[in-house]
Amino acid sequence: MGGLVLALLLLCVVGIATTGGRFATAGNITTLLALAATTGVVSIGMTFVITAGGIDLSVGSVLGLATVWASTLSTQYMAEDYGWWVMVVTALAVGLAAGLVNGALIAYGKVPAFMATLAMLAAAKGLAEIIAGRRTQLVEVDPFLDVFRADVLGLPMIVWIFVVVAAAGWFLMNRTTFGRRTVAVGGNPEAARLAGIKIKRHTLYLYGLTGLTAGIGAVMMLARTTAGSSTTGTLLELDAIAAVVVGGTLLAGGRGTITGTVLGVLIFSTLTNVFILNNIDSSVQAIAKGAIIVGAVLLQQWFASRERATST
Amino acid sequence: MVDEDPHGAEQRAQQTPSLLRMSGIVKQFPGARALDGVDLEVRPGEVHCLLGQNGAGKSTLIKTLAGAHQPTSGEILLDGEPVTISDPVAALKLGIATIYQELDVVDGLTVAENIYLGHELATGGVTRRSEAARNTRKILDRLGHKEISAHREVGSLPAAGKQIVSLARALSRDARVVIMDEPSAVLDSEEVANLHRIVRELTADGVAVVYISHRLEEIRQLGDRITVIKDGRTVATSLSVADTPTDELIKLMTGRTVEYAFPARPGVPEGAEPVLEVEDLGLGDVFHDISLTVRAGEIVGLAGLVGSGRSEILETIYGARRSTSGTVRVGGKRLRGGVDAAVSAGMGLCPEERKSQGLLLDEPVYRNITLSTFARMAHGGLLDEGAERAAAREQVEALDLRPASVERHARTLSGGNQQKALLARWLVHGCRVLLLDEPTRGVDVGARAEIYNLIRRLADDGAAVVVVSSEIPEVLGLADRVLVISDGRAVHDSPADDIDEHAVLDLVMEGSVA
Repeated sequence: MGGLVLALLLLCVVGIATTGGRFATAGNITTLLALAATTGVVSIGMTFVITAGGIDLSVGSVLGLATVWASTLSTQYMAEDYGWWVMVVTALAVGLAAGLVNGALIAYGKVPAFMATLAMLAAAKGLAEIIAGRRTQLVEVDPFLDVFRADVLGLPMIVWIFVVVAAAGWFLMNRTTFGRRTVAVGGNPEAARLAGIKIKRHTLYLYGLTGLTAGIGAVMMLARTTAGSSTTGTLLELDAIAAVVVGGTLLAGGRGTITGTVLGVLIFSTLTNVFILNNIDSSVQAIAKGAIIVGAVLLQQWFASRERATST
Repeated sequence: MVDEDPHGAEQRAQQTPSLLRMSGIVKQFPGARALDGVDLEVRPGEVHCLLGQNGAGKSTLIKTLAGAHQPTSGEILLDGEPVTISDPVAALKLGIATIYQELDVVDGLTVAENIYLGHELATGGVTRRSEAARNTRKILDRLGHKEISAHREVGSLPAAGKQIVSLARALSRDARVVIMDEPSAVLDSEEVANLHRIVRELTADGVAVVYISHRLEEIRQLGDRITVIKDGRTVATSLSVADTPTDELIKLMTGRTVEYAFPARPGVPEGAEPVLEVEDLGLGDVFHDISLTVRAGEIVGLAGLVGSGRSEILETIYGARRSTSGTVRVGGKRLRGGVDAAVSAGMGLCPEERKSQGLLLDEPVYRNITLSTFARMAHGGLLDEGAERAAAREQVEALDLRPASVERHARTLSGGNQQKALLARWLVHGCRVLLLDEPTRGVDVGARAEIYNLIRRLADDGAAVVVVSSEIPEVLGLADRVLVISDGRAVHDSPADDIDEHAVLDLVMEGSVA
């Protein structure tokens, strides 16, 4: 954990050093946080799934599908009549439903998580394309935009949503039976099963949770881009997985850290921000991202083996 | 060394020099002395049978010859020259091949690829596939199985076929000593006959076969000499198969040098209600027609060999496996469903493999202890870690779990303390029925006595306990009633006092060859 904070601070130092005063302005920090927020929310959900030993490759496409569904003309008309919450509920419902389908396939259909969520990735994207007719749907419900594009205490609403989701996620993981079950299932599914934990039902809830965070992310994306499109969220799952892994959650499962994920998200956002300010090519950015991921995992493994050697 | 045979074997001994000789082999692990002076002498062209109870040290002995372990002291001589078998590759190079019980073939590769795994025929990194296929066909033919195609995926073969592949691999290495660990356990009678034929052909070619088996009939049909291992030591060697009576063999295998202290059995009170009733339980062809009744305060032991189906019986009673026939009743009510139904009915299971089936190794002790009860202790979904820690501390004190911290990761505990933690889990939960699978495996002597006392106390407090153990004296000492399981059937059911170790061993070993 200390290492992550150090890495983040280092990046900030590099940011300040290379861009003069442009990094440390309130405006830039706000932009950075807004950039992190959507990925951050999805990464929180992903943390749970990975801690339990699973994976969800569909979150990006599901997010896209949710933005499309929530921004169709009919939904927007309904929202104008009944309130902006119609769009929010739609997005959350789509995310949750997709997640539950994933969960059911994985828990009861015994389909490996990788395959089930890969299939959902394709299916969700296809469905989104059909619904949107491959066009971008503009959000024109002013009440919705007013609420979600507002600034509260100087920070954009979507950043606050990230803060709330992160806090809730931390609480869920560390203070509730749900979190304990997640860690147990990831650490030793057989032992958890023989101890009486209902693994299948828990798996269903887990993927439902990830889908829900994708739905929340969709609301945030709609607010930020004022548009819903089937291409929204493409490859978002990779960013989420990267943040989770760099943050210290083991890909194999059994240990999860929400704080780590938050730091991981911030590290990548800061990196992107510094690169953009320095006008560095996005391809170089991608390489740097890759290097960070590998470096982080190697470090984690090294620490883990040291811990194991000294504890026996 | 006990040598019973004045003819044959002894005369042959004078004439044939030994191929492999182990002298005074000791293997010390931290906390356990698995081998305490093993002597073994194997001649070319003989079938040398290794006999010994579970826990006697047979598998450590095999692994030492196979290069998986290094002896702490002692000597291994091949053709009279001392050798060091530093790793499995070295063993194979020396001509020592091992056919394990858990067949070590790769399902995804073909027969030829498996046979040449590790020593592929290749020129500059490119494999010579047709040559490998040709040689494979020759070897398979020699083994009488030319119907197995060299290009067939091993995963599609039955267990017997995989064993042939394992054997073929040994032959492709020009093995001079082939060690076979209970090879007939996975075969039917026709396949066993074929196996025996192969063994005889191997020995006719001068290959020495070290054959581990519990089946006396098979030993009598196939073997030349016998060595008996007990408590990690050779107690008798060079016994002639033809001339040594079963009685004598069993006597050599049984009895312990260490006397375990078992807690007194107060006897089950007359009117005690049956808590667990199992009727005609069956699981495919793993086991069938298993019936047992356990009353409150009673300990029922399941004795038998590894592979006889006892663990599967426990798992099926617990709902971890779905039975194909029969019923399980707890307190008169029929159990329907999986593990959670059993746990709700008050059943608990301490599984056979503590580490892979029981514990969360990277979690603290208290979380392992409360794994079945944390939800109950929680308030509306919110964990009560204070209560969890308190409950764990109570158990740690009551069971004398060492070290006494509840925060240490389960991985850091010794085997005995890990077992205590598992028992503590069910003590916190409160059980009417407790199923224990090999509760003292890998546990040192001191901790064993404590665990026996714990189990007895649990029963005295009203639980119905079923214990599975491969160590016959343990089952007989601890249990009130004993069921002897052989090949998935109960062959004996009586109070523990009405049977002794000798008779149990007789029952489990007297299985037919198939």
